[in-house]
Amino acid sequence: MSTTDLDTKTETSRDLWRQRLGRWDLKASPYLYIAPFFIVFALFGIFPIIYTAVISMMDWDTIRNSGEFIGFGNFDFVLHDRKFWLALRNTFSIFLLSSIPQLLMSTFIAAMLDHHLRARTFWRMGVLVPYVVMPVAVGIIFSKLFADESGVFNQWLGMIGIDPIGWHKEVLPSHFAIATMVNFRWTGYNALILLAAMQAIPRDLYEAAAIDGAGRLRRFISVTIPQIRPTMIFVIITATIGGLQIFDEPRMFDNTGSGGADQQWLTITMYMYNTGWGQLNFGRASAIAWLLFLIIVIFSLINLWITRRFIKTDKTGGI
Amino acid sequence: MALRRTSVISLSRPTWFVYAALGVVLIASLFPLYYTFLIGSGDASTVTDQNLSWIPAGNFLSNAASVISNPAVNFWKALGNSIIVSTTVGLSTVILSTIAGFAFAKLNFKGNKVLLTSVIATMVVPVQLGVVPLYILMNEFGWTGSLGAVIVPALVTAFGVFWMTQYLQQSLPTELIEAARVDGCNMLRTFWHVGVPAARPAAAMLFLFTFVTAWNNFMWPLIILDQSNPTLPLALSLLQANFFVDYSLVLAGVMLATIPLLLLFIFAGRQLVSGIMAGAVKG
Repeated sequence: MSTTDLDTKTETSRDLWRQRLGRWDLKASPYLYIAPFFIVFALFGIFPIIYTAVISMMDWDTIRNSGEFIGFGNFDFVLHDRKFWLALRNTFSIFLLSSIPQLLMSTFIAAMLDHHLRARTFWRMGVLVPYVVMPVAVGIIFSKLFADESGVFNQWLGMIGIDPIGWHKEVLPSHFAIATMVNFRWTGYNALILLAAMQAIPRDLYEAAAIDGAGRLRRFISVTIPQIRPTMIFVIITATIGGLQIFDEPRMFDNTGSGGADQQWLTITMYMYNTGWGQLNFGRASAIAWLLFLIIVIFSLINLWITRRFIKTDKTGGI
Repeated sequence: MALRRTSVISLSRPTWFVYAALGVVLIASLFPLYYTFLIGSGDASTVTDQNLSWIPAGNFLSNAASVISNPAVNFWKALGNSIIVSTTVGLSTVILSTIAGFAFAKLNFKGNKVLLTSVIATMVVPVQLGVVPLYILMNEFGWTGSLGAVIVPALVTAFGVFWMTQYLQQSLPTELIEAARVDGCNMLRTFWHVGVPAARPAAAMLFLFTFVTAWNNFMWPLIILDQSNPTLPLALSLLQANFFVDYSLVLAGVMLATIPLLLLFIFAGRQLVSGIMAGAVKG
């Protein structure tokens, strides 16, 4: 500090000022640049998370806009509420019905797109069209396609001699219908992600396999799949985080948004919304939010564990 | 032998099966939209018609007109609001993410790593975790029912910062920044003349994705806005709740609300495709 002061003493005061400004610029700028994000994040990210934890322990009065501490009462109630467990079951069921077929379909579509196609961009854009349709719109459209009495899908089933299915009345069919909406919107999107991974595979791997006498299917199973595995896991993880939060599609599946007469397709987020803004019970809604967060964290950790295992086998296995 | 002539091109030459399969996928992608137009072109009885004709009747415009003119739906207001919200959120996310990404990717400062890790960690936190206190907060601010309540919490996202950091780390040579500094540029000018041009392709993609996400966002507007000042998804849900007796109107409204993003897709679909594929390689 004192040496720099001595150095700069000989210079004019204007240069000194510029030098100081320069040093300050170098040191402070980075913090200045990241500040907007962290301010927004602190106010609308961190504060709400902490405050949710506080409210989840309170009996919140929406009129006085304040609460009374009641400990774990809200968690106790939610964990003993039949609706919570039904919502958990439905959320998992819809998630499984959407993620697994979606991954298979996406991989298949990506494999189809991974050719020297004529009008390449046209096909790639074509599979992405559903992505720009609002989930709310998708929910309304499919609720009619899957209408119990006279929906198009039941009409088609009738043509091949199958009795109409109660897509809204029954548990599993309603999950299937909602999973179809999710698949509709995301299959093409994920196919493009997997396509990018496929195109990054060195082409000589395929040539080598072909020279060894591997056919199309064999090349796909032995070269393509192992090479795109990390990307597949990435797709699974994003699908998990999004899938467990599902709200728009099941809410629009009928015109009440209640999740069915017997909570056939009530999801955790719907349960939270209905508790918070239907019954105006913010304490319980906060407890549900924290339980959902916990479930997502547990699932992410399981995913991470699986990912690590896969990557390990990849390295030791080698090609 | 034929195998000796096997080349990359011949291995990936598409068969008729490839085109047939992609054709089926394309039809499945477009079918729900066609169905929407079909029902939206009919009348109240079309949706339950057992012998549904696959050729649209001519009522789409009149159905659309009655949706638009219905005061309970507030269509123009919803459309305007959606455009305002998505554009503002898109622009601010791009600007703030680019600035923060520039700092994280290229500037040395204390706590860089820790702060960046905390940004990434926040990406797994579900929005649901914050909505109750956010609602209470907005109530305190007196913002309930106003667009500000939808825009301000979404001004910048952790994903955006992460995305721009990743991109700038790879595509902006540190020497360029040093050169600009040596030439006497201050940090802001360096950012403007070196950082921004390098960030442009990634920024365009981030804008598109943020725009689409904001456009589709439903739960938070449902909580914080009301019928008098809705966004499009909220208007659609009100349309379904109030007009479920006549689904030709509901689906005409759905079609109307879908058209803006379909138009955007025609112009920017190419960028969306390459954005998704570029993100995948890095991710």
